[in-house]
Amino acid sequence: MLAVASSSRVAAAWRVLATVPDPEVPAISVCELGIVRDVLDHDDGLEIVLTPTYSGCPATEVIEHDILQALESAGLGPARATLRRAPAWTTDWISTEGRAKLLAYGIVPPGPASDALVPIRFFPRAAKTIALACPRCGSHHTERLAAFGSTACKATWRCLDCREPFEHFKPL
Amino acid sequence: MTQSIQLDRKAEVQYLLRVGDTALILAQRLAEWCGHAPVLEEDIALANMALDLVGQSRALLTHAGTLEGAGHDEDQLAFLRDERDYFNATIAELPRGDFAFTVLRNLIVATWAQLLWERLVDSSDAEVSAIAGKAVKEARYHQQHAADWVVRLADGTAESRRRVDAALAEIWRFSAELFESDAVDTAAHATGLGPRFAELREPWLAEMTAVFGEAGLSVPKDSAFRSAGTRGVHSEHMGFILAEMQHLQRSYPGGVW
Repeated sequence: MLAVASSSRVAAAWRVLATVPDPEVPAISVCELGIVRDVLDHDDGLEIVLTPTYSGCPATEVIEHDILQALESAGLGPARATLRRAPAWTTDWISTEGRAKLLAYGIVPPGPASDALVPIRFFPRAAKTIALACPRCGSHHTERLAAFGSTACKATWRCLDCREPFEHFKPL
Repeated sequence: MTQSIQLDRKAEVQYLLRVGDTALILAQRLAEWCGHAPVLEEDIALANMALDLVGQSRALLTHAGTLEGAGHDEDQLAFLRDERDYFNATIAELPRGDFAFTVLRNLIVATWAQLLWERLVDSSDAEVSAIAGKAVKEARYHQQHAADWVVRLADGTAESRRRVDAALAEIWRFSAELFESDAVDTAAHATGLGPRFAELREPWLAEMTAVFGEAGLSVPKDSAFRSAGTRGVHSEHMGFILAEMQHLQRSYPGGVW
């Protein structure tokens, strides 16, 4: 691996990272999710800088493990992962491709995170102010069932036309 | 049986543990709902919020250990302290009660936490500021969830209203402790680590009054009762939580998942 020049080594690492799926939303990669903030080439190996999505996200350790294993398998090791808390991760960092893949997977992608700053003291029971389009049939005749879903980052919704449940990646 | 660690009760360590332990102990209470909540969606919601709180607590305990400088990590601080060295507000350790009690407590604590995190974003301590930058976003969702449920239950059926009224009568007196100031938060204020807790009282009451107004509830009168968990003096319920939390690490020292 000594023959690999620094810049191409970093580029190769990014290509590998783009293939590592998020363990809880496997439709998108960790890069599309926006949690890989930097790849640095040091004398003693690569440093992958990660910013966690949620304080208590149980996937954080799994992601670190998956990333390091993928780099190792691609012959780019040794590599280590470090945590960068600030600035805090925001759903605005999910890439355009990532959003398209989420939608195709049945998860409505988040709107701008600034929306979440507007105090919504009470969530309207029938979604009148936030009418999400059903990811399956496109109907806006939908309602929120719960503020949290299979993970903290998602809310549970249902479509009142096609009657299918779906998830919404909440802006954060 | 593992010995307890001895905590150096520096003001900055106590300050962070008041916040971190409140998150940790409330998370333990919320996690008790797993498999028991009235509906599946809320079961999942409470577990997800517990997870957020555990994450916030892990970060704060780790940093408290660093500031303490005695080499204690998050696990030692979470599992090997004696009861008097936990500084969570007593409100967090009260038994989970029914669903009305749980969402009302969440509203009281999450509204406080949201205001506190907003202030801690400006902490002179870069790590505290970074932790707060993430946590404040989570606290907003917790607060919104709790406020939503308090309104729904108070403005719901006769039974749900009866339960909210009973919960409010029981829990309100424990909220005063969250806003008590002493040498610990005065020191934190002086160094820029974080605000004095008393400063949060006014905006907190304004938010609670707005939610209660929507719910058709009256803000109860202040009571002379003062709980003292933030100073390490806990209710009779604390020992039982710690017994459950600490059992594995005490019996199987250093055991890992």
